[in-house]
Amino acid sequence: MPRPFTPKIITANDLLEGDVIYFTDTNSWSRELQEAELIEDEAEAQLRLLEAEKDALRVVGIYLTDAKSGDNGPEPTHFREDFRRTGPSNYRHGKQEAAANV
Amino acid sequence: MYKYNDFDTAFLAERNAQFRAQVERRIDGSLTEDEFKPLRLMNGLYLQLHAYMLRVAIPYGTLNSDQMRTLALLAEKWDKGYGHFTTRQNIQYNWPKLRDVPDMLDALAEVGLHAIQTSGNTIRNVTSDHFAAAAKDELTDPRPYAELIRQWSTDHPEFQFLGRKFKIAITGSSTDRAVTKAHDIGLRMVERDGVAGFEVIVGGGLGRTPLIGKVIRDYLPQADLLPYLESVLAVYNLLGRRDNKYKARIKITVLENGIDTIREMVEERFEERRKAFDGTDQQLLEEIKAHFTPPKLRGGNVETYLTAYDADPVFRSWADTNLAAHRDDNHAIVTISIKAHGQTPGDATAAQMRGMADLAEEFGYNELRISHEQNVILPHVHKSDLPALHAKLKEHGLATANVGLISDIIACPGMDYCALATARSIPVAQEIASRFDELKLEHDVGHLQIKISGCINACGHHHVGHIGILGLDRAGVENYQITLGGDATETAAIGTRTGPGFAYDEIVPAVERLITAYLSLRDSAEETFLQTYRRVGMDPFKAALYPEAQKKVA
Repeated sequence: MPRPFTPKIITANDLLEGDVIYFTDTNSWSRELQEAELIEDEAEAQLRLLEAEKDALRVVGIYLTDAKSGDNGPEPTHFREDFRRTGPSNYRHGKQEAAANV
Repeated sequence: MYKYNDFDTAFLAERNAQFRAQVERRIDGSLTEDEFKPLRLMNGLYLQLHAYMLRVAIPYGTLNSDQMRTLALLAEKWDKGYGHFTTRQNIQYNWPKLRDVPDMLDALAEVGLHAIQTSGNTIRNVTSDHFAAAAKDELTDPRPYAELIRQWSTDHPEFQFLGRKFKIAITGSSTDRAVTKAHDIGLRMVERDGVAGFEVIVGGGLGRTPLIGKVIRDYLPQADLLPYLESVLAVYNLLGRRDNKYKARIKITVLENGIDTIREMVEERFEERRKAFDGTDQQLLEEIKAHFTPPKLRGGNVETYLTAYDADPVFRSWADTNLAAHRDDNHAIVTISIKAHGQTPGDATAAQMRGMADLAEEFGYNELRISHEQNVILPHVHKSDLPALHAKLKEHGLATANVGLISDIIACPGMDYCALATARSIPVAQEIASRFDELKLEHDVGHLQIKISGCINACGHHHVGHIGILGLDRAGVENYQITLGGDATETAAIGTRTGPGFAYDEIVPAVERLITAYLSLRDSAEETFLQTYRRVGMDPFKAALYPEAQKKVA
């Protein structure tokens, strides 16, 4: 039996800066996870992934990953995506220190 | 140390110009990521979790002060003010911007450094004993051979697309400080009839299938080094599996075919290949050796050292812990710990790098080394300079007296930086170091190596840690497995797993229980953790780690 679909977001890394970015419902990329589009339908997720991949020359490593709905928008369900959202543990670098849109 | 000639300089300049054009073509869209990725990896540029990462080679771990200052410049100008020294004697910058990388490589080239073959399925940065040319127990300085291998392997057309990465380590001493038995090829200088040659070990490696290497040749004349290495690589290139990346390393080739078959095939090829070597490599080796003449060590008495040693307990503790015996009795080898309690293992700030460069110039004949244990070494310091050196190290926050102790932890970047990692390593190392600093126990515990990896690839060498810690993802939660009894030296051994793993907040208390058990089990303060483990075995440590399981059994 196929596993039930769990909600997804689309994420990637910015080509020039390398930092983590998220695909929004306006077909743009944001550095804030809470601005990502939360996709609840499996077929829609594949279509949105194709849309995001149109930016493959500008962004790197586009993929779908699990997320859940939170009070302020999507939230990660796995610690890896949580670390990508914030930054490393040992310094307040990465998303912890800067947040500007692409 | 080796100085680049005009050919080397032109080669690097051309290579960097080529990469600069490739970066521009990626940015303007002429190259896709699929086309660009192998090109950036050939120049040490990865894309990690939060940003790009540039891995710079420090060949055989040797640097001069100008090179160290350039590493500081890169940290300050194009990164966030620090660099991370790794177990492969590289330095990694965690935050470069794609457009800046060609400038970083140009700055490195000005001092004879590069990032070539720090990535990809090729022969990686050749590592060596960090005490080379200084250690009391050394037979021959291994670095000229490492430099010869570097030049031979750089852009070698036959070995640029191997089944997997290939790592070579070399030592000139009987004490193995280069983990030679856990490398694809380990080279250990040995003597036969008064003539130095190499013991050649193949098929070692950590990662998913940890194996100790096997001796393929107990004595190889020095002049045969390159044709023999070429023969080993050729056999691996032929037999090595390419159907499964996890089985593609030479350790699996040796395991599946047997060392005797591999030896036979290598010897067969060796007979052919050595004919193609007309002695040019030996001429080159002689030229290289001329760049590795040891510094002219100064004389003078060591009274200031003896006086400070008697009078200042802080200096004495540092001297007892961080110094090693030099071949000249009036000199010492100084290991500068970049593992201050609670800091990230292997990280040094730009200011600290400059400070160490200055100290190497003032006290260390302008030489520095990076160890696979993620510390920095001044290989030649006159003992009379040690009190002044120690005072200046304190000013830079670099005087931690913990080399070889429980807080001198090897830790890979783990999931804080690495895209392959399955759990974090750095905060675990930080918390263990801080905890034992609070307990003021580490000098009492004595020599103990904890090594932590954030994934099965084992960049933190956990399999050969006396206490090894492996971070994994268990159902979406960080979980840490412990191994005991690993050994990275000439008596190399792979550690044994203790049992079920521990959650993130349980791992430090688990290590504390292990240490408490050791302190009660050892037969004297002189018996190290590893010796105790070898004497009493796993069971008492297991009982300490899993007290609930013991209760159930009872």
